[in-house]
Amino acid sequence: MKRLRRSMLFVPGNNPGMIRDAHIYGSDSIMFDLEDSVSINEKDAARFLVYNALSSLRYGNKELVVRINDLSSGLGIQDLEAIVRAKPDVIRLPKTECAQDVIDCEREIERIEREAGIPVGTTGMMAAIESGRGVLNAMEIAFASKRLIGIALGAEDYVTDLKTVRSDGTELFFARCMILNAARAAGIDALDTVYSDVNNEEGFIKEARLIRQLGFDGKSVINPRQIPPLHQVFMPSEKDLIKARAVIEAAEEAERRGSGVISLNGKMIDKPIVTRARYLLDLAEAASVTPVEEV
Amino acid sequence: MKNIDLKKIPHISEITAQHGSFTGTPVKPKETFLERMGSKNKVVPSLEEAIRLSGLRDGMTISFHHHFRNGDYVVNMVVEQIAKMGIKNLTLAASSLTDIHAPLIEHIKNGVITHIETSGLRGKLAEEVSRGLMDFPIVFRSHGGRAAAIESGELHIDVAFLGAPSCDPYGNANGYNRDEENATCCGSLGYAKLDALHADKCVIITDHIVRFPNTPYGIPESNVDYVVKVDSIGDPKGIMSGATRFTKNPKELLIAKTAADVIEASGYFYDGFSMQMGSGGASLATARYLREKMIEKNIHARFALGGITGQIVEMHEEGLVDKILDVQSFDLIAANSLKNNRFHQQIDASVYASYLNRGAAVNELDFVVLSALEIDTDFNVNVMTGSDGVIRGAIGGHPDTAAGASLSIVVAPLTRGRIPTIVDKVNTIVTPGSVVDVVVTDQGVAVNPARPEIKELLEAAGLPVTTIEALRDRCTRIVGKPEPIKYKDRIVGVVMYRDNTVIDVIHEIDEE
Repeated sequence: MKRLRRSMLFVPGNNPGMIRDAHIYGSDSIMFDLEDSVSINEKDAARFLVYNALSSLRYGNKELVVRINDLSSGLGIQDLEAIVRAKPDVIRLPKTECAQDVIDCEREIERIEREAGIPVGTTGMMAAIESGRGVLNAMEIAFASKRLIGIALGAEDYVTDLKTVRSDGTELFFARCMILNAARAAGIDALDTVYSDVNNEEGFIKEARLIRQLGFDGKSVINPRQIPPLHQVFMPSEKDLIKARAVIEAAEEAERRGSGVISLNGKMIDKPIVTRARYLLDLAEAASVTPVEEV
Repeated sequence: MKNIDLKKIPHISEITAQHGSFTGTPVKPKETFLERMGSKNKVVPSLEEAIRLSGLRDGMTISFHHHFRNGDYVVNMVVEQIAKMGIKNLTLAASSLTDIHAPLIEHIKNGVITHIETSGLRGKLAEEVSRGLMDFPIVFRSHGGRAAAIESGELHIDVAFLGAPSCDPYGNANGYNRDEENATCCGSLGYAKLDALHADKCVIITDHIVRFPNTPYGIPESNVDYVVKVDSIGDPKGIMSGATRFTKNPKELLIAKTAADVIEASGYFYDGFSMQMGSGGASLATARYLREKMIEKNIHARFALGGITGQIVEMHEEGLVDKILDVQSFDLIAANSLKNNRFHQQIDASVYASYLNRGAAVNELDFVVLSALEIDTDFNVNVMTGSDGVIRGAIGGHPDTAAGASLSIVVAPLTRGRIPTIVDKVNTIVTPGSVVDVVVTDQGVAVNPARPEIKELLEAAGLPVTTIEALRDRCTRIVGKPEPIKYKDRIVGVVMYRDNTVIDVIHEIDEE
């Protein structure tokens, strides 16, 4: 089963209580933040805290992501020196403007991996795009490194760059489509931005439905309360599931017969339909199980 | 009067032995009702006078209620007056005590108060008691245990001093005021009612004398001897808040959601069920998730019991809860509902939870959701002493409802800061594991092995069921094992189970 990234929970890197409990809310990924949620005089404290959390706590099968400061700030390199050694799944690069940003970051990661005796390539990357320039370069960013597992939209900086504010999503439409298509072209995930009005569940669900319809794999969340409604939006309907199961059965049947042609109820089934059916079943499975993970 | 020859009535001596009128039968009045109310009333000019008239003397037992919570002025006011009058060696039996009662420390040191019975202790007084303030250990009883002790005579109250937001001159007292909108208000007088009924003498202390009859009343005049008017009985802000704040803490919400899922899967969630929600963020929030499930499944509750919050009132007014049985109102919404809703009934501590009352409402509960400071691998629960061994809690109705309900659910975060919640042995056993069925934490659910059928149902529903030992192990892995608390030999508190047996003791802490 492909790793699902419906939800990525933001956790400020300087909040020990939240860091310790980050895995209990059921998000697919946890993103420990060293960047915007950490004030400048807490940067090194947060870096050590997240390093120690990653080295000593257990988070089950959650994908662990760390958002570092951008390299040009001088903090980013210090973040990498510490964090790469704690072996998170993914380093999230903020404010990515062009392919070179990704390449520069990857070079540093690779160097640290070598120094620390970590197999080169262990650390994944994702790039957040947060400006007009970044959006227009989405394609080259998405193809900049094999380590990239996805690209994400960071809307707050982006709308400021565009000289507008966030409203119903019209202002993000172009960026979302650019990022999504770039991600798909590169065969990686497309991840949507946060919805900051935590108390507006209705607005959140509306936005989640929109990005799901566009084709995004998931969305960042800033409060654990946003996780259940988000997963609900990604939950396929019973009708779709019945169809998906039938498609998969037909595909397996075709495979048993050694036939390349899949047919269901007399209709031919294309490969994309099989891929989509598998994705829907994965989503449904992720929603149905709530085991006590051994952490 | 007609002249009747009594001797001609057969069996007259069996019909009436007295052969005459009762003594003290009043003459027919001519004054207006308003005039009479001024003259024949129980209002005495001062608290001092009431204490004197009550016959209080050294060695007696005085009682109080805790409906004014942390806004209470009554306990301190009365004990201060008693101290001034030179009365000593008293037993103070309160339904509970809290931070605001720190001035009692002085009166304990001066020998005015030598014994205390209560459901709980907090703040400075609790700390001092834990450091060995009193010679005689404090006796902690649950609300139901206290009710049974009073009813059985185990706890005999000589004089009850009961604060009431309204009282008429005859003594009909209530927890709210029908004559004034912005008066002090505490809602139910559930714990006070029983004290008034059983005390030898009962003094009502009020800030609002209203006209007779103060109906419907919480305490009837027949249980009241004296009424004292004072300027203020409590700080409204400390007595209750406008509405119990609904938690936004995501961890508490996660626990509450899981607890609601447990209830739904347990078999006790059916049309016509009964419930109680304890205080504490997660247990109160469980009601909100239950409400959603009730609407979705179109089922309603027959009654909700207990400390009542605005949340329960809202569900009652929406038609989701038929009746409310209220021993203690937690917020102004609940208090106002008690005043205005016909099917929101004030009940006393005995009807609520007495071990000796066969009709106690706790015995009719399908489920209760309770909080905990600590739970051990035998499912024993501590709600009394903190991780430093100091008293900082109250038994409340915890063991009563856990024992009475068909399904008792204890909710708690797996850890609080660096303090583990699931441990090998709790500090102080308040509720025995034999009556605790399910433990719900943010990192899994454990079912008491005595309830395998519940475990099966929860597992079938896909809930994150594990064992209590696994939860303890996880807890230990996160926060480690704390060093054992250092205690001295001396016992400063005795925890009574609801059946009047000693279930645990609390030792003086050793700070050296």
